[in-house]
Amino acid sequence: MKTQLFTFHGGVHPEQHKAESNAAPISVMPLLPRYVVPMRQHIGTPARPVVSVGDRVLRGQIVGAAEGYVSTAAHAPTSGRVVAIEACAVPHPSGLFDLAVVIEADGEDLSIDMQPLDWRALDPSALRNRIRDMGLAGLGGAVFPSYIKLNPGAQKIHTLIVNGAECEPWITCDDRLMRERAAELARGIEIMRHALGCTTVLLGIEDNKPEALAAMRGAAPPDWRVMSVPTLYPSGGGKQLTYLLTGVETPTGGRSTDVGIQVFNVGTAYSLYRAVELGEPLISRVVTLTGHVAQPGNFEARIGTPLADLIAAAGGALPGASGEIVGGPMMGFDLMDLAAPVTKAVNCLIVKSPSLFPPKPVELPCIRCGACARACPADLQPFEMYWYSHAKNFGHAQSYHLFDCIECGCCAYVCPSHIPLVDYFRFAKSEIWEREREKASADQARVRHEFKAFRLEREKREKAEKFAKAAEKSKVAGGADAGAAPADPDAEKKKAILQAALERAAQAKQTVTPKNTDNLPPRVQQEIDAIETRRAGVENTESQK
Amino acid sequence: MIGSPYTLASNSTATIMFKVLLALLPGIAAHVWLFGPGIVVSLILCSAFAIGFETLLLLARRLPLQPFLSDNSALVSAWLLALSLPTLAPWWLYAIGIGIAIVIAKQLYGGLGQNLFNPAMVGYAALIVSFPVYMTQWPAPIVLADHAIGLWDAFDIVFSGQGSISADAYTSATLLDTWKTQVRLNTAPEVLLAQPIFGWIGARGHEIVALMYLAGGLLLFWGKRITWHIPLAFLAGVALTAGVLQLIDPTQHASPLLHLFSGGVMLGAFFIATDPVTAATTPRGKLIYAAMAGFLTVIIRGFGSFPDGVAFAILLMNMCVPFIDDYTQPRVFGHPRKRSKAGQP
Ligand code: SF4
Ligand code: SF4
Repeated sequence: MKTQLFTFHGGVHPEQHKAESNAAPISVMPLLPRYVVPMRQHIGTPARPVVSVGDRVLRGQIVGAAEGYVSTAAHAPTSGRVVAIEACAVPHPSGLFDLAVVIEADGEDLSIDMQPLDWRALDPSALRNRIRDMGLAGLGGAVFPSYIKLNPGAQKIHTLIVNGAECEPWITCDDRLMRERAAELARGIEIMRHALGCTTVLLGIEDNKPEALAAMRGAAPPDWRVMSVPTLYPSGGGKQLTYLLTGVETPTGGRSTDVGIQVFNVGTAYSLYRAVELGEPLISRVVTLTGHVAQPGNFEARIGTPLADLIAAAGGALPGASGEIVGGPMMGFDLMDLAAPVTKAVNCLIVKSPSLFPPKPVELPCIRCGACARACPADLQPFEMYWYSHAKNFGHAQSYHLFDCIECGCCAYVCPSHIPLVDYFRFAKSEIWEREREKASADQARVRHEFKAFRLEREKREKAEKFAKAAEKSKVAGGADAGAAPADPDAEKKKAILQAALERAAQAKQTVTPKNTDNLPPRVQQEIDAIETRRAGVENTESQK
Repeated sequence: MIGSPYTLASNSTATIMFKVLLALLPGIAAHVWLFGPGIVVSLILCSAFAIGFETLLLLARRLPLQPFLSDNSALVSAWLLALSLPTLAPWWLYAIGIGIAIVIAKQLYGGLGQNLFNPAMVGYAALIVSFPVYMTQWPAPIVLADHAIGLWDAFDIVFSGQGSISADAYTSATLLDTWKTQVRLNTAPEVLLAQPIFGWIGARGHEIVALMYLAGGLLLFWGKRITWHIPLAFLAGVALTAGVLQLIDPTQHASPLLHLFSGGVMLGAFFIATDPVTAATTPRGKLIYAAMAGFLTVIIRGFGSFPDGVAFAILLMNMCVPFIDDYTQPRVFGHPRKRSKAGQP
């Protein structure tokens, strides 16, 4: 079907390197002896461990429960024993360790009782509640909890865009997924459509994936539009794809839902299918392993698979390897520790070699050639933002709309002076955030301080009044029985009010705490109750120590 | 520092500058063919002085030599100045011009990328103000000269002042000069245009060189080194202003074509006004900047006391660039479709 596309400004054509890994079918990783399941695999509050060391877990069992609204659960990838709950290496640019549940597999791979759902019979809100604890998060790399995105809330969603562009070089996991599992993926998209209550479905795929396009066209119901978009990085950026397919710009600082559009990655659609139709929580994903390895390809790896094992599955790194990139070469980051596991966010691991990724040339001054501005899909003037970020004049950098930068890397890619522009922008953004935080906490401190001064003042006044009253009273009583003078009735009343307030607060707390665990099916509720008791036990023993 | 992107497009500031030099070659070849090898001497001299001054200043500023000397930017400034100056001028004229361009206009402003004014044009402006006599003695086209100048003659003239040949034998006044002095003496333009120094559309010889600059400029455009905005707006600014002036007073003002193909207009449009460091950067800004520069060029030619106005026009507009850029910021993706100005949050 021919449909009009809207071209966005800028974009670049980096070398594709898709052929290395897109030829072989997805291979399923064999069961490993050990998995590391981080609690922070999504945007938002990290999950809270709900198992303890020594516990036996089953495949699909929740080991980390969603905490708060923007959060989602983490599950055991196989059956076995929890051997540690501790800070572990995780795939994060900072290289810092993060809390994870370490599971030693028992080799039996026993699963919890997975219950398929007849989603067509459920109304959207019941459906959303069921998938909340399935651990779904955007698999394109943003890992925003999916159940929130599936909840249109006040905004009416009229269009669902499914992102199969996969514009980053080297990555082919979505390509293979679409080629091999088009039918299942299509069912996932139908579930999304049902949950969102929208009618239009647009699927955008870059034209360098003809097989995936054909497969998806074959699997798509007649009322979808499967659209081929020109290969141009970053056509797979959420805002860029939305514009490409609909001509609608996501307003600055907003989300596409503000204009009635929701965007999901194809990988997320597939995992939604598994969660709903098979009842299987998100415990595996397809990861591209490519670059300087013996057999590049795509692997269906369980969440928690140590990346070293993933590389081994691809025949190991070739001699002369010089490190690994997590994600694509345009937006990815250096892996600090091979012990870090596959998480929901890891779509690709590239083993580097000096010939594939030569060391960067020396940075020269900006010559204001404007190549970066011509390449910027957000229509920014990167060199101006660079100038002010470099000068640490962050206010000015911000006035050139620093926060509209999607960090796609196009500007740095084309810069003839080889300036790592995006690094400057990330730095400027983090500095600005840091300052805002400081300002906020300073404000808070000021408020606290003022309040304290006010309280002290009030207490002094009250004391003085009380003293005066007491003195009066003792005068009236003629000094009789002064020692047993009862506290004045005012104070009594105040105490009662305070007591009531405390009680109300406690009650409120009780009603708030179970917020992320209400509306649960009884089975899950039982499980959670059991876990809660265990946790209470752990806490007891811990406090006894 | 996260490090991405890990792949970079294969271009560099050095190659960009090198392509500019390459694109100048057709014009230089035409110059040699029509005016003799004098230009080769001034190119060599200017290049040598530029590299020398750049090295000295880099050493003085304690900067690494290798990346900055190999960025070719000093050579571009040197060539542009050499092509704007008369050939066969004394060597010290080139030395002073380059010294001002590289030391003052470039390095003292902070070096590559930091200068507000185009270095070559600063050098040119300083020379024309200080040594106007030398700046108007241009070698005549070979066909008109009494004496053909060989390469060794050229070196001789440049280094020893006049050498064995009288300057009158190889120089002539430029077209713009002649025009300016003659029309003020009420010579009719038709009479003027019949003089041998006038060619088909511009100055004899120089018009061909200008055509070759145009060709080189188009190469830059097709090679995506420059966008169309600045050359087109500059040429349009020149042509429109000249056209209007000629309509108003045909006895005083030359035709648009003559303006386009004489003096530094073609070189300015494609190679000087497009200098990224000193030009406006936003698409709308480039149009305003270049059109204004074209307008000023013709105004200075028509009413000023200097023979050509390209250098001063570009320098004046260089000064306005921060202002122009600020007011012509393009709309950012996802922002409301109305004029927005940077500098205001
Ligand atoms: S591409 Fe690089 S050199 Fe060119 S303007 Fe942008 S930052 Fe400056
Ligand atoms: S990283 Fe930011 S500034 Fe650079 S091209 Fe992408 S959006 Fe534009």
